[in-house]
Amino acid sequence: MENQQIEKFFYDNKIVKQFAIATALWSAVGMTVGLLIALQLVFPVLNFNVAETTYGRLRPLHTNAVIFAFVGNGIFMGVYYSLQRLLKSRMWSDKLSAIHFWGWQLIIVLAALTLVLGFTTGKEYAELEWPIDILITLIWVVFGINLFGTILTRRERHLYVAIWFYIGTWITVAMLHIVNSIELPVSMLKSYSFYAGVQDALVQWWYGHNAVAFFLTTPYLGIMYYFIPKAANRPVYSYRLSIIHFWALIFIYIWAGPHHLLYTSLPDWAQSLGTVFSIMLIAPSWGGMINGLLTLRGAWDKVREDVVLKFMVVAVTAYGMATFEGPMLSLKNVNAISHYTDWTIAHVHVGALGWNGFLTFGVLYWLIPRMWRTSLYSQKWASWHFWIGTLGILLYAIPMYWAGWMQSSMWKEFTPEGQLQYQFLDTVKFMRPFYAVRSVGGMLYLAGAILMVVNLWKTAKQGDFLPEEEAQAPALAKKVVLKGKEHWHRIIERKPITMLVLALVMVAIGGLIEMIPTFMIKENIPTIANVKPYTPLELLGRDLYVREGCYTCHSQMVRPFRSETERYGEYSKSGEFVYDHPFQWGSKRTGPDLAREGTDKLRRMNSWHYNHMMDPSSISAGSIMPAYPWMFKNEIDLASLKAKMEAMVTLGVPYTQDEVNHGSELAMKQANTIYEDLKKDEKNLLLGEEGLQNNHEIIAMIAYLQRLGTDIMIPTNEPVK
Amino acid sequence: MKFRTYLETIEDVSIYPMISLFLFAAVFAFVLYSTFRLRKSDIEEKSNLPLEQ
Repeated sequence: MENQQIEKFFYDNKIVKQFAIATALWSAVGMTVGLLIALQLVFPVLNFNVAETTYGRLRPLHTNAVIFAFVGNGIFMGVYYSLQRLLKSRMWSDKLSAIHFWGWQLIIVLAALTLVLGFTTGKEYAELEWPIDILITLIWVVFGINLFGTILTRRERHLYVAIWFYIGTWITVAMLHIVNSIELPVSMLKSYSFYAGVQDALVQWWYGHNAVAFFLTTPYLGIMYYFIPKAANRPVYSYRLSIIHFWALIFIYIWAGPHHLLYTSLPDWAQSLGTVFSIMLIAPSWGGMINGLLTLRGAWDKVREDVVLKFMVVAVTAYGMATFEGPMLSLKNVNAISHYTDWTIAHVHVGALGWNGFLTFGVLYWLIPRMWRTSLYSQKWASWHFWIGTLGILLYAIPMYWAGWMQSSMWKEFTPEGQLQYQFLDTVKFMRPFYAVRSVGGMLYLAGAILMVVNLWKTAKQGDFLPEEEAQAPALAKKVVLKGKEHWHRIIERKPITMLVLALVMVAIGGLIEMIPTFMIKENIPTIANVKPYTPLELLGRDLYVREGCYTCHSQMVRPFRSETERYGEYSKSGEFVYDHPFQWGSKRTGPDLAREGTDKLRRMNSWHYNHMMDPSSISAGSIMPAYPWMFKNEIDLASLKAKMEAMVTLGVPYTQDEVNHGSELAMKQANTIYEDLKKDEKNLLLGEEGLQNNHEIIAMIAYLQRLGTDIMIPTNEPVK
Repeated sequence: MKFRTYLETIEDVSIYPMISLFLFAAVFAFVLYSTFRLRKSDIEEKSNLPLEQ
C-alpha cells in the first residue's frame, strides 16, 4: 500500500447543498399542508368548498410531500454527503447528480399539481398516476447508476455499514415501486391498478409497509450510522450488531405488510405470517436503536450541550418507541382495537415527527455550518427549536392516542339491552377537541421547523460556502493481498454488486412467498356467483370516489366483529372485491365504513345522498365532512367510458362487447332512473346553481354509493331510511 | 393479463409460512455465527471509517 500514489480529488458539496435546501423548503410545505388538514377536521369550513382544497385531495398531498419530498430530499442529502466521504471519492457523475436533483423536484411539483387536481390512483402513498410513476422509476435508476458508479470507483476498500443500508434501500424501493405501480393506462392521467380486491390490497400494503421500512427507515439508519458517530466523534457502539441487525432487518421487514390487513378478507395464513414477522421485527429494530444510543456511551455530557446530539437522541428514542409499538399493533387483539382509529395516526407521527423529522434537523444543524465554514447562527434558537419540536410531538401524539382509544371504545360499546351505544356521528363529535389539541401540536412543530429554516439561512449568510472540498487518498489497489483465510462478509463487502443481488434475493423471497399463493390458489379468493361488475354509471361514480380521496376517511371493509356487523351489516368477503381495480378498503375511519352503504340495513334515499354531498353538516349536524358542490356542476365524463370499460375487460372484468359499445346509453338510462326519483322530491333538495340535472357527477356518485355491498345481500324489503 | 389462470389447488398452503420461518431461521443463524467469527482488527478498522476525514 505504501508505494501507492496519493490522489487529490474534490467532494461535491454543491449537490448536498441543493438537497439540503430542498429538504428544508419541502419540510415547511409538507407540514403546512398537514396543519391545514388537521384544522379541517376541527373546522370543516377550511375546506373552502373548493375541489382543490378539500381534505380528500390534500391528505394525499400531505403524506406524499412529507414522505417523498421532505424525507426523500433528506435521504439524498445524507447519502450524497456521507457516501463521498465514506468511499473517499467524488460522486461518479456530476451530470447524473444534477439530473437526479432536478428530476426529483420535478416529480414533487407534478405530484402536488396532479394530486390537488384529483388525478390519483387511489392507493395510499402510491397515489401518483402512471406518467409520474415512470418518471420516478427513471430518476431512481439515475440515482442508482450514480450510487453504484461511485461505489465501483471508490478509494476505500471497505463498505461501511451505512452504505449497505443505502444499497438495500435502493434495490428494495425499486422493486416495491415497480410491482405496486403496475397499472393499465386509460388516458394520460388515468389508470387502473392491474390487481383487484384482495390481491391489490396485499400488493399495496406489501408496498405501503415497506415504504415505511425502506424509505423512512433503512436510509435513515444509514444516515444515523454515519452522522451520530460524526457528531459524537466516536465510532459506532457495535459493528457486529450493525451487521446482524442489517441482514435481519431487511429480511424480516419485507414479510410484515399483511399486518395492515388483519381481520380483513385477506386469507388467514397470510395475516398470521404478517403478525409473526412483525413481532420478530422488534429485535433488529431495537438492535439499531441500541446501537445508535450506545454510540453515545461516555459522551452523554455532550448531549446536554450539543443541540445536534439532542435532536439525534430524541430521534433514535422515537425510532425505538415506534418500532416497539408497531409490532404490538400487529397483534390481532391489539389491532382489533387500534385499526381504523387515530391511534395509527399517532403511531406514524411518532415515527415521522420524532425519528425522520428530528434526525433530519440534527443532520441539517450539523451539516450547514460545516459546508458554509462557519458556526451556527444561533445555538439558542436551535435549542428553542428542539424544545418547541419536542413539545409539539407530545401535544400531537398524546391526544391522538387518547382519541384513538376512545374512538374504538365508543365504536364497540353496547347498551345493556345489546344495542350499539353510540351513533358513528357521536364519535366524530367527541373527537373534535382532540383534533384541536393535535393541531396545536402540529403548529408548534411547524413553528420550530420555520425557526430552523431562518437560523440556517442566517448561518449560510454569515458563512462562505465551499462547493468543492479538497481531499486526498491513495487509489484502490487492483489486487488484494490476502492474509490468511478471508471472512465471507469481507468478500461481499468488497463486491457491492454481490451485495446488491443478495439484498434483492432476501427481500424478493418475502414478497414472492406471500403473494404467489394468494394470486395462484383459487381457494384463497372464493368466487361468489352474485358478485357482478359495476354498471357503467357505477364505474364512473367509483372513479369520482377515487378522485375525491373518499378512502382517506372512509373504509370499505367490515371486519367480523359484532360491533361492526351490528353497525354496518354482514362482514366483508374476499370474493366481493374481485372487480375492484383499485381496492378501496381504506385505512382509517374518520367517517363510517361504506362497504355496505347500499344494503337495506343502511340504505338511504337518493335525495338524502344528494343533499348530504351538497352540505353534509345540514343533514348530519356535527359532521366534519367537506361539501362537494362542484359535483353538482360538473358533467359525468361519458367520453371516457368506453376506454375505461375496455380497460376493465383487459383486466378480466366480464363486460360483454355489447355493454362496452353501449356504455353511455346504459349509464344515462340508470342516471335517468335516479334523476326521476330525485325529481319527485325536488322541493326538498339542496340544489346547486344549475339545478337538478340528469348528467351531473353527483348522479354517478349516488349510483355507486347505492351499489356498495349489495351484491351478496338478499333484499329484506325494509323501508328505506 | 387475466387472473383467470389460477392453479386450482396447491396442497397445504400453510407450508408457505413454515418455509418462510425456516428460511429466516437459517439465514439468521448463518449471519449470527459468521459475524462472531469476524476479526477484531477488522471490526475496529471499519467502525472508524466515518471518523477518518
